[in-house]
Amino acid sequence: MPPLTYLMALSAAIFAIGVLGFLTRRNILVMFMSVELMLNAVNLAFISLGSRLGTMDGQVIVFFVMTVAAAEAAVGLAIIISVFRGRETVHADDLTMLRW
Amino acid sequence: MPMALFWFLAAVSLISALGVVLQRNPVHCLLALIVTLLTIAVLFIGEDAIVVGFLQAIVYGGAIMVLFLFVIWLLNLGAEVGPTGHLALKFFGTIAVAAMAAELMGFVLPPHLQVKFAGHAAGYGSIDSLAQKLFSEYLVAFEVTSLLLLIAVVGAVALARRASASELAERAAAIAAQRAR
Amino acid sequence: MVTTVANLESSALALILLFPALGVLFNLFFGARLGRRAVNIVGPGVMFLAFAAATWAFVRVLALPRGDALTFTLWPWIEAGRFHVDFALRVDALSGVMIMIVTGIGAFIHLYSVGYMAHDDDFARFFTYMNLFALSMLILVLANNLLMMFVGWEGVGLCSYLLIGFWYTNPQYAYNGRKAFIFNRIGDAGFILGMLTIVAALARGGVWTLDFTTIEAHAGLITTGAATAACLLLFLGATGKSAQIPLYVWLPDAMVGPTPVSALIHAATMVTAGVYMVARLNFLFVLAPDAMAVVATVGALTAFFAGTIAIVQPDIKKVLAYSTISQLGYMFLGVGSGAFAAGIFHVMTHAFFKGLLFLCAGSVIHALGGEQDMTKMGALRKHLPITFWTMLIATLAIAAVPGFSGYFSKDLILEGAYESGHVWLWALGVLTAGITGFYMFRLIFMTFFGESRVAPDRLHHLHEPPPSMTIPLVVLAIASIAGGWVGLTKGLLWGDAFARFLAPVVGNFKPAVEASALGLSAVATTAGMLGILLAYICYIRMPELPAIIARRAKSLYELLMEKYYIDEFYNLIVTRPLFFVATVILNRGIDRFAIDGAVNGAGVTVQAGAQLARRSETGNVQHYAFVYVLGVIGVVAYFLYLVKH
Repeated sequence: MPPLTYLMALSAAIFAIGVLGFLTRRNILVMFMSVELMLNAVNLAFISLGSRLGTMDGQVIVFFVMTVAAAEAAVGLAIIISVFRGRETVHADDLTMLRW
Repeated sequence: MPMALFWFLAAVSLISALGVVLQRNPVHCLLALIVTLLTIAVLFIGEDAIVVGFLQAIVYGGAIMVLFLFVIWLLNLGAEVGPTGHLALKFFGTIAVAAMAAELMGFVLPPHLQVKFAGHAAGYGSIDSLAQKLFSEYLVAFEVTSLLLLIAVVGAVALARRASASELAERAAAIAAQRAR
Repeated sequence: MVTTVANLESSALALILLFPALGVLFNLFFGARLGRRAVNIVGPGVMFLAFAAATWAFVRVLALPRGDALTFTLWPWIEAGRFHVDFALRVDALSGVMIMIVTGIGAFIHLYSVGYMAHDDDFARFFTYMNLFALSMLILVLANNLLMMFVGWEGVGLCSYLLIGFWYTNPQYAYNGRKAFIFNRIGDAGFILGMLTIVAALARGGVWTLDFTTIEAHAGLITTGAATAACLLLFLGATGKSAQIPLYVWLPDAMVGPTPVSALIHAATMVTAGVYMVARLNFLFVLAPDAMAVVATVGALTAFFAGTIAIVQPDIKKVLAYSTISQLGYMFLGVGSGAFAAGIFHVMTHAFFKGLLFLCAGSVIHALGGEQDMTKMGALRKHLPITFWTMLIATLAIAAVPGFSGYFSKDLILEGAYESGHVWLWALGVLTAGITGFYMFRLIFMTFFGESRVAPDRLHHLHEPPPSMTIPLVVLAIASIAGGWVGLTKGLLWGDAFARFLAPVVGNFKPAVEASALGLSAVATTAGMLGILLAYICYIRMPELPAIIARRAKSLYELLMEKYYIDEFYNLIVTRPLFFVATVILNRGIDRFAIDGAVNGAGVTVQAGAQLARRSETGNVQHYAFVYVLGVIGVVAYFLYLVKH
């Protein structure tokens, strides 16, 4: 079994990559995908910790995370679609209506 | 799980994660994401989280990613052309992320995370034990989550329906205003 | 020790105040409606009734044993812990004399006003103010404590303002009224501080009071320093009210009011309030010899100073105004030297002859249709005989010609000054007596003798005033002669009966230097006679002489004509700096720049800050995420720190 440290390091790395993608990419959909990456990295962390500690709690939490991620994806994509209908763009710079 | 497999899976997931972030074409990003998800699913199974691992593959890879794909097709998105602007954000963002990553590594790498692992009990990660936890300790969360899904469905439908003619005209005016700014 | 008598009888004391008060209310609310005749009866009428009540009170006091007084409490006023002040009246020898003067002369001046204001449509307002003045003055002299006296003090100041600016449509008259009030107020500040000093000094010994009798009983508790401070502050109030240096400048300008006002307020009664206050508080002043020296010195200097200005004034009322200031100086010289009775004696005689002088001047002005410039008068004695003879009597009195009232009172004052050791002040007083004789007879000669310089269009109007105006003249003339006989020099007949009468209240005068009363009297009288002689030469014998002297000593003449430029001086050192402070420093500087700047600046700063802060709301979610990442770094660092230690 891989040591817990390595699993956690992997999770941290994927998480960092996800954050990088979120901050760097201008395409809304790719930003969303980065969010999914982050969620998955966290899921990995939960599972590996739960496994090493011998408890099912980690898996239950991942269960819930997955569910919520699905709901979030559905609603988020619906939002993107309606935004696109109105603005005809998915570039982040064009979607700054909530500015001052 | 043998260490070699772990290293392999780790490498693949990292590379595909980078692929998600660095690819130009959103469809390529999506595909890279699917690869990442699947490798993580395998890692789950390696940790004896059988159910969750399969769920990951099915729900995430099967449903959510397909949803993404549909949306990309619907919006007819092509590859991004040329520089996409906001260099300052990219620069400082990268630095901040690097710092955060270094910090997290500093948090997880040192030996204080050693846990005595004595192997799993029988039935660990089976659907039995998952259901046990789910319907006793996490019952309220379970119910609330179902409610959440309902809300999500309703919301998605409400958001994505076709607008009427007047709403379309409104939106056209708003676009013009936005473009003028 | 003074004992007081308070019983049902003394409740009649309240009548002295009640009558003028009723007069005020009647004239105020019904005067205009009920017409001139009603007001002409009520206005002077209430004063005569008050005079009757005052006479009754005075007779009662005479009948009481020496030193006793009639008291009556109207109502309890202030109760603050152990500090207790009542609205209470007190008639003893001193206030008895004063109420007789105020109501007696006041009644006749009210009668005179009936004739004087016969052509003025604002008669109701006039008599309202005059009655209100009488009420305030009576409160002042009847008060049995300093605080109530101050109420009356302020009241007369108010009425002075109202009556000086009676013809308010003329902005200059209104201005002069304000000037009088403001200078009074400056003095009032001193008065209040003096009162508070007394309260504090007594409170240190556990006594909380402002009653005269109580203060006198506990006078031992007041240190010399506190007494000096209190007396000087109270005297500042007196300089304002009684027109001494430095606060006298309002009195000459107060002459723009109707002449009866000048007679009553600015000659006979209000201006003497300061002298009365000093006499009332004699037990306090004797504790502070330095303060008394200041009082005497200021009095003598003012007497001389005002006299010099009077010798060149062409306006008949201005001459009398400066004469009043000069005579008030004499009174303060008297009380400052410790001769309190002599000072009050001069108050009484001065009320008679100065009141008479003003009324006669009013008669002349009335006859000439408003002319006040003596260079446009002359040879009026044939046309105005009653006025001439009464004015002559008054002038003889003020010039201290032996036999007339002013002679006796001025003599006693100069005697007091010399015998208390103030030889230089005495000399100044003698010199001023000569000056007084000069300018008063200058007035008589210029007005009634010589060649007529009256403008032709005024000649036909020239007639003696109606009886309502001439009766008071005669009454006051008689008083100007007889009023002095109560205070003869010692050794002569009954001596100074007046001082003996007042002694239980104001104490006896103890001379420090023995001197021959007759000798001093001779010196003063000679000075006066020399002055009269000089006036005779200048204005009867050689009428061109004044003009020649004026040309020769041009700068001195101008200095005197311009009243030593004191008004301009005050304007320069007080008014202009105050205006500067108010407009530049306070208005522009503090109010607009500092306060408004701070308040507006706070708003502007908040706005500017918000303008800056709103730039963080870019609407770009990646910016927000960036900040979030920074936060994550911070949180993880915290946990790292926790783990490491």
